[in-house]
Amino acid sequence: MRKQVGLYYSLPQIVWLLVFFAAPLGIIIAYSFLKKGLYGGVEPQFSLEAYAAMANPNILIVTWRTLKISVIATILTLLIALPCGYSIARSRNQAMRLFLVIVPFWTNFLVRIYAWIAILGNEGFLNDILRALHLRNESIQFLYNQTSVILVLVYMYLPYAILPLFSTIDKFDFTLLDAARDLGASRFQSYVRILLPNIKSGLVTAGLFTFVPIFGAYAVPLLIGGKDSYMLGNIIADQLTKTRNWPLASAISMTVTILTTGLVFLIAMRKPREQKQVFDADPGLAIPVPSGRR
Amino acid sequence: MKGADVDIVGVSKFFGSFQALKNVSLSISKGEFFSLLGPSGCGKTTVLRLIGGFEDPDSGTIAIEGQDVIGLPPDKRHCNTVFQSYALFPHLSVFENVAFPLRIRKIPQQLVREKVMRYLSLVQLEMHAAKKPSQLSGGQRQRVAIARALINEPSILLLDEPLSALDAKLRQHMLMELDAIHDKVGITFIYVTHDQQEALSVSDRIAVMNMGEVLQIGTPRQIYENPATEFVARFIGETNVFSLKIVSIDGTRIYGEVDGLGPMFVDDETDAKPGETVLATIRPEKIRISADLPNTNGGRINVLHGIVAEPIYSGFQTKYIVQLDTGMMVTVYRQHANWSEGIPDIEWKDEVYLSFSASDMVIVEMHGQ
Repeated sequence: MRKQVGLYYSLPQIVWLLVFFAAPLGIIIAYSFLKKGLYGGVEPQFSLEAYAAMANPNILIVTWRTLKISVIATILTLLIALPCGYSIARSRNQAMRLFLVIVPFWTNFLVRIYAWIAILGNEGFLNDILRALHLRNESIQFLYNQTSVILVLVYMYLPYAILPLFSTIDKFDFTLLDAARDLGASRFQSYVRILLPNIKSGLVTAGLFTFVPIFGAYAVPLLIGGKDSYMLGNIIADQLTKTRNWPLASAISMTVTILTTGLVFLIAMRKPREQKQVFDADPGLAIPVPSGRR
Repeated sequence: MKGADVDIVGVSKFFGSFQALKNVSLSISKGEFFSLLGPSGCGKTTVLRLIGGFEDPDSGTIAIEGQDVIGLPPDKRHCNTVFQSYALFPHLSVFENVAFPLRIRKIPQQLVREKVMRYLSLVQLEMHAAKKPSQLSGGQRQRVAIARALINEPSILLLDEPLSALDAKLRQHMLMELDAIHDKVGITFIYVTHDQQEALSVSDRIAVMNMGEVLQIGTPRQIYENPATEFVARFIGETNVFSLKIVSIDGTRIYGEVDGLGPMFVDDETDAKPGETVLATIRPEKIRISADLPNTNGGRINVLHGIVAEPIYSGFQTKYIVQLDTGMMVTVYRQHANWSEGIPDIEWKDEVYLSFSASDMVIVEMHGQ
């Protein structure tokens, strides 16, 4: 009888997941059900206080705002990433263009946020130009509002949307667009009716890759945003470091996690199952074709 | 030509520095089954894409039904295409694939249903309306593509090597079916293929292309029996080519000499003068092979002598490759037609005589001329 060697081979991953994923998650779950300690930390006593505290209108407002910012930023990201991915896929110089998309990753996240401050700030590059052109004498306040937060979030997560969209569009058979045009569709109709439905999986992946991290954003709203763009990530940090209410911080974290995993799960469930291949013609002639979805 | 369905005049097309089409002119009449035949890269698909509206020519004019169509996008042209890869929409059912052109035109559901089912029955696929293209066999997909291309009732159907992805048996069957559909709908078919058998068996006329040029346009019989150039003669079927130095010409009765083989008679028209060299061809099935010296009765029959270098038996016929005394290889087909021919079997290394009539020989243009 064959031994189940698979288990031994996957042991490293299991250990890794346990130590760095399951254990921290367990701690957060546990903390969210405990009583808050006087100077931070927790008291070993069961309590639902943290979850009750989440009904706080402030937290509800921030949750709603976080959701709104995430949805807007994700939609904008997809709208920009879609033509980008398409043009890279149809380009003769894919490698170079992909390289350009990936280049920003080589610069530290925070440095890139500060670069935006240097561009948008009151004494920043953009205001300098406006003044030099005498369009404005005073600086315009670009920073510290929701618009600037959304702008920088879109910038940050654009590559995460472009890459999956590119890889899906790259596998798309562009002859289908020719066929659609041939059959009477306008250019726009051919994109909407033929391209989009066939790259749905890429759109979903790109959407998740941007929505999930933006929903938990912390640094961008902290550095670029103002009071009106405080997000859940900032509240969690505040509860942890300033208010020192660890159970509440854990409870909010849990909520964020459940909301986002729930979303992923819903989308995964909605995908129809792989179609079975049916050959009802002469079996010798049937050409097995992988189902369209990846 | 007046009244032509598709009129292409002096069209050239470049892709970068590569000239895909060199001054191509074609005139295709209404209802014709017209084939563009040539090896891959000869420009035949480019011609189709120009007619379909996917490319525009760099020079020359294209008119469909008398209307200049250059610059007109594919969705505004009255022709539809069956793509080589079929290009069926994988996310739509067979029904919706065929219905696509009607949906674009916002035809009411009732009419869509009725018309789609009518076209699906034309290609015998009513049973498969609800399936996805990935659930069909190659031949079925092919038929969906045809139904989809026909449902807008185009005046011209463009077919880009539609059978190349099918196996040999099914290809024969689909070819007959295509021919039947052509008879039924009665519109112009422009058919691109690299397979000379396909082109010969269904076309009204064929344009043979090579390296961006149209070499000859004619009926299958004209193209086969009277090839214009060496390329056409060699590409359509097999042929044997002799370099003939003309000695005398009397009308169409040509007498010449082939290096090492001696005198040869050819009956054909030529502009060449005595002393010049031309290419004279003879098809393998028009050569008689025999073990004994044939009696020519003083007629204009050419006789050559050689040794069988390779007999290739294929059931209905045997193909002999015969090495002449000069070393030249000549291909001969011998049909196993009937019971009474009474010729003893000819085998490998046998000495044989090849005889063929001067009237079966054709003089062709030298390649590249």
